[in-house]
Order: sequence, then structure tokens, then C-alpha cells
Amino acid sequence: MLKNTVVAAAMGAALAAPMAHAADKKEQKELAEIRAEIRQMKEAYEARLQALEQKLQAAQADTAAAKAQVAALAAAPAAPAAPAADAAPAVAAAEPAAAPTNTGSANTPSNIFNPNISMILGGTLQNLKQDPNQYRLQGFVPPGGEVGPGKRGFNLGESELTMAANIDPQFSGQLTFSLTGDDTVSVEEAFVQTRELSNGMNLKFGRFLSSIGYLNSQHAHTWDFVDAPLAYQAFLGGQYKPDGVQAKWLAPIDQFLELGMEAGSGSTFPGNDRNKNGAGSVAVFAHLGDDIGDAASYRAGVSYLHTGAEQRSFQDNGLDNAFSGKSNTWIADAIYKWAPNGNPTNTNFKLQGEYFHRKESGTLDTALATPDAASGIYRSAQSGWYLQSVYQFMPTWRTGVRYDRLSSGTTEIGVAANLPILDAYNPSRTSFMVDYSPSEFSRLRLQLARDKSRPGVSDNQIFLQYIMSLGTHAAHSF
Amino acid sequence: MNKNIKHLLLAALASLSLSAHATVNVLACEPEWEALTNELGGDKVKVSSATNALQDPHRVEARPSLIARTRNANLLVCTGLELEVGWLPVLIQQSGNSKIAPGQPGHFEAGALVPRLDVPSKVDRSEGDVHAAGNPHIQQNPHNIALVSVGLAKRLAEIDPANVAYYQARQKDFAARWDAAMQKWEKQAAPLKGVAVVEHHKNMEYLMNWLGMHQVGTLEPKPGVEPSAAHLSELLNQLQRTPAKMVIRAAYQDGRASQWLSEHAKIPAVVLPFSVGGDDKSKDLFGLFDATVQHLMDANK
Repeated sequence: MLKNTVVAAAMGAALAAPMAHAADKKEQKELAEIRAEIRQMKEAYEARLQALEQKLQAAQADTAAAKAQVAALAAAPAAPAAPAADAAPAVAAAEPAAAPTNTGSANTPSNIFNPNISMILGGTLQNLKQDPNQYRLQGFVPPGGEVGPGKRGFNLGESELTMAANIDPQFSGQLTFSLTGDDTVSVEEAFVQTRELSNGMNLKFGRFLSSIGYLNSQHAHTWDFVDAPLAYQAFLGGQYKPDGVQAKWLAPIDQFLELGMEAGSGSTFPGNDRNKNGAGSVAVFAHLGDDIGDAASYRAGVSYLHTGAEQRSFQDNGLDNAFSGKSNTWIADAIYKWAPNGNPTNTNFKLQGEYFHRKESGTLDTALATPDAASGIYRSAQSGWYLQSVYQFMPTWRTGVRYDRLSSGTTEIGVAANLPILDAYNPSRTSFMVDYSPSEFSRLRLQLARDKSRPGVSDNQIFLQYIMSLGTHAAHSF
Repeated sequence: MNKNIKHLLLAALASLSLSAHATVNVLACEPEWEALTNELGGDKVKVSSATNALQDPHRVEARPSLIARTRNANLLVCTGLELEVGWLPVLIQQSGNSKIAPGQPGHFEAGALVPRLDVPSKVDRSEGDVHAAGNPHIQQNPHNIALVSVGLAKRLAEIDPANVAYYQARQKDFAARWDAAMQKWEKQAAPLKGVAVVEHHKNMEYLMNWLGMHQVGTLEPKPGVEPSAAHLSELLNQLQRTPAKMVIRAAYQDGRASQWLSEHAKIPAVVLPFSVGGDDKSKDLFGLFDATVQHLMDANK
């Protein structure tokens, strides 16, 4: 029936063709419509044929397998009833499995193109000896953002909602919201990345976790400790998430050698919003990695972040101060992982460390909007590092220690000002944790820490944390 | 420093010239597919496996070396069926190699070619590690290997059309040897029909299905959940009523739970190679099934 229509339409089109010259525009339009119709029909038929072919192939495969299984059953003598009964549903099971791939367009659910959704739920119970409102990293300009141990008592942590899907053959996209305990919503990541580039190239644009350092590109819920290392807090305000573009290239060698560059708005710490065209921050990084035998592997790298600030303000002693100038940060990172025969299921070990060095130079305006307002040069060279190791001593149980240290280094301030927060000091912290993960999707953690981030005060911190992941199984990076 | 850069450049040049050479660079996700690719591809392919038989294929780190190998591969040969869901997507994304992305000729999934067992009617994580597409441990039935070999030979020919005849001939040769071997194993393993076993994880279904064995319990309370003392003692009680002949596990699985049950239920604990390289005898696919059948027969005495 339908075939006849196709033939008729085709004949009509063929007859119409020679007359098209003489015909007016209306007729030409009609002709084009008929042609489009024919093309559509042709395509529909081709698709159906293809589907039929696939069905046939699947059916053939099933028959072959069924035959094989029947042969296997026949080969063995006098089978008791039980295993034969086992085998029967097995063959049957193959059909529903094959079915979804062959469903026709008629009964395709409308939500099959919905993005993959995954969620993270997290929360902590915290016991902090010192008042967290007094928390500061002595000797360092307060970065704003996520600094300090958070609030006392019960806290709802960041709940994350991630949606990801392929956009078309060229692009895939991801959006991660972060919902905080105090009812604010923020865009953690929202980026598009390329799928079709080859020769080891990858492009990403939007807002994303920068690939500088090691820990920076990992979501907080995958961290081995409740909080970020002090160096991340002091130098990047927690985690560096530029709005911009990233290009990565993987060298065509047997080792992992990745070179990358990012250009971003530079509107987050250590930069700030400067009302400026073009890139406000530029980062470059290189990572090298390989296996050491079957059991161990490593990755090491260096990164450089260049950005600037214009009236980046901070409060000290109740007065507002602001820095304007350049900010350059170097990061060296390394991670080593070990597991017996490379099988981390029962026991595994991980050693990781990063070193930060930041130089800032420019001017400092102090005591803004007061009669004492002054301005002078500001130059600082500061550094910090952490070293941590985590050991899974039996399935589902891990323990870890971390040591953090910052050095306020040299700070030159060309103006007489009262800035107690910048008085030299070397903050340090020791943390210990043990966590229990009944499955890949849930984790409960106890963390104890002694935080000496300001002189004369030592903060004993106890954290109880839960991290749960729901939805699509996320693949984890190294 | 300068010398290092020179070395690096030389290495880069060397690998560039290598990729220009005609061999197909294959990254197999599991050692059984590495072995099968070697059977079919001979010296026209260069194969490595992302995992070895002593590693749990569910839980592999997306190590830097694997990213580098994915970047340089012309063909990925994996099981699919969500077995590699925890690490393969990262490798593919970070590799910047569009040839091996899902849906491309360079992305071969063996699981799609075989009849699958344990396809869940309901997918819920409260049931443990469930695989929506069915049990992914398909390599334990040699008939599945036979089915996959047909598809893989076709795929190799598609990737490397210059050697179509070569792959066809090797596949034919392999199929003949494999059929003969299967007949041998099925004859040897005939006494195993109807034997009841306890397994560690639900990863022996295809093997049991092939040999007509059946499972009366698992050491894991739910797939992917570690064996607990409570579950083991319950299992021991249950074995009094419905006895099992042996407790089997794969070479990559921890032996403690299996040993405990073996001692208390007085049944042998059997370690199966599970994949090529899982024990000394399993040097290739033939050795894998020789050893598997042998271990089961020894325990069934």
C-alpha cells in the first residue's frame, strides 16, 4: 500500500519535472515539496530496512548461542532437572536484553534523550574547640570563599546535582549545581567539551574546575579529607574555577604527558573582577605520569597561574584595605598510588603532595574611606605545601594522615598601616581520618585535626561526615 | 634538561613513525580480549590489556598510563555491559581520540554479541552492583568467545581493510581449533553437570550455565558488597539444608571468606583463573579453559 504511494509519488515527480521550466513559482514550490516527501519516505524505508537487518542479525546470534547451549546440554549425559531449568531462563534472558536496542520509533519513550543525572548528598557534625568566627590564616590576605573549618554542630554540606549528556557528535555538556546548607545555589561547573577532536586534543569551555595542581580538578566529594588543604584555602580560596576556555593536548608517546592552557575571566581569587575585556587569568600546566610495574603508578606536574587584581579588598582590624596588582602562582604536584598487583579492592595506598608558591606585587590601599587612608607598594612571596597519605587496610576501611604548612614568607608593605593579619606566621595543621565505605556510593568519615593557623591558639577539630552519591555511576579520574 | 627534551622529542618521533606503520594498535579492557585479539590479529596487531587477571575489572583506576594507551589506540576491545563504567569513560574522554569513542568502529563491545544472563527486571542500587544490561562476565563460557571471535574478526577487517583475508583466515583457523577444544572440555566436564556450588561474586554464571552447574549461594550478600560474618554464618546454615560441592572464586578475589566457608562447611575452595594470566597454566584462551575445567574436576572428586 505504502509502496504504491511511493511509486505514484515518484512517477508524479518524474512527470512534473519536464514541465517545471514553464511552471510558475508556485508549481516549483509544490515540486520541491513532493521531492522532499519522496526523500523522507526513502529515508524512512532505509531506516526500517536497517532495523530489520539488525533484528535479523540479533536473531541469528541468539539462535547460534541457543544452538551452542543446546549442544552443550546434549553433550553431557543424563542431566538432573535443576540445571536444565537454570539454562532455560538464561536463553530467554537474552531476548529482553537484545530487545531495547531494536525498539522501533513507535514506542520510544520521550525521555531517552534526558541527560544523565547524578547527585551528591553530604553533611557533617563538627566539634571545634576554637570559635570558627575568629578563624584566620595568619600572615595571609584573606581570600574570601571557602576558608576555615565551617560552623560548629550539625551542618548540611554541599549537595551537588550534576546533569550531563552528549549534545551532538561534536560536543558534550555538563552542569553541576551546588546547593549549600544556607540555602544558596551556585553554579559549580557548567561546561561544554569537545568529543570529535583527535590527535590528543581536548577543548573545554564554560565554568570548570581548573586542571592546575592535582586536587583542584577533583570534586570535593572525592577528597580524602573533609576540608581542602590549607594551601588551597590560602592561595586559591578553596578551589580555582575559572569561567573561560581550556585546551589540553596529550602527547603521542607511551607515557602520559599532558600539556594544557586555560584562559579565564580571572574574576575569582587570587584575581578579582576587573571590568576588563579579554582574559583576566592565564594558566599553563604540564602533567607526566606512568606505571611503575603492575602495582604502582604516579603522576607529577607543574602549573603556573597568572592573574591580577584591581581593588581586591579584605578587612583587617575593622578597616577595609585593597590590593591592586599582579598575582602569579606556581604549583608543583605529585601523586603515587600502589595496590598489590594493581588490584585496589582489598588494600591500597596513596601518597600525594603539592607545593604552592605565590608572588604578588602592586599597590596596597589601606584604611579605605577613613581619614587614615594611605597607599603604598605591596610585594609578597609566600608558599605552602601539604603531604598526605591514605591507606586502605581492609575492604571498605581506609585511614589517612595529612600535614599542612604555610609560610607567610616575605611581605613588603610601603605604607605605615595597622595590618595585624599580615604579621609573619607559619600556619600548620595535622589531620587524621578514618573512613568506611560500605559500597562505592556511600562513605562515612571521622576526621580529627589540630589546626595551628594563628599564633598561640591551637584548634582541636572533630568532624563526622557522610558523603552519598545517587544516580548515574560516575567514572572517577586518577 | 636539554638532553631530556631531546629524548622526549625522539620518543615522540619514534611513536609517530610507529603509528604510521601498518599494525593496528589495540587496547583491550580485559586480558581475555587481549588474548582473542592476538589469536585473530597475529602480527598485524599490537595489543595490550588495560587490566590483568589479578585485577577486579569493575575497579580499575583510570591511570595516566591507560589514558596514554587509549590516546594511541586504533581499537578498543572491551566487554561493555557497564563492566568498565567506573573507568573507561574517563579514559575515552581524556584521550582526545575520537576514533575509539562509543559508536565508532574503533569501539568494540563484546557483550553486545552474546546472549546475556541475569538481565534485571528492576534496577535499584539497594540490590548492590546491578548491571542493567545483564551479567558482564561473559568470557566464562567458551561459546561466547566463539561468538565474539566472529564479530571481532569482522571489526579488525573494518579497521584494517588491507588485511581482510588475513583476519578471515585466522578466524577460521581459530574457530576450528576452538570447536575441537570445546568438545574436549565438554566431554571432560560432563561429570560436573548438576553440581551445586557457592561463588564469591556473581561472576561465574556463564561458566555454570555452560557446564550445567548451579549456584546455591554467594559469599557476597549482594553483588559488590563485601562478605560479612553474619552473611557467611547464615550461608553456612543454609548449606546444611542445600549442600554445595565446592566454593569457587576468581583469582583476583580475596580468599579469606572463601577459606572460612571451606573450613567450616568442609568443602574445597577453588580458585579459577577467570581470565588469561589468572594462573600459570592460563597463558592463552585454550589454557584458560584447560585450567578452569581441571580445577573444577579436581574439586569434584
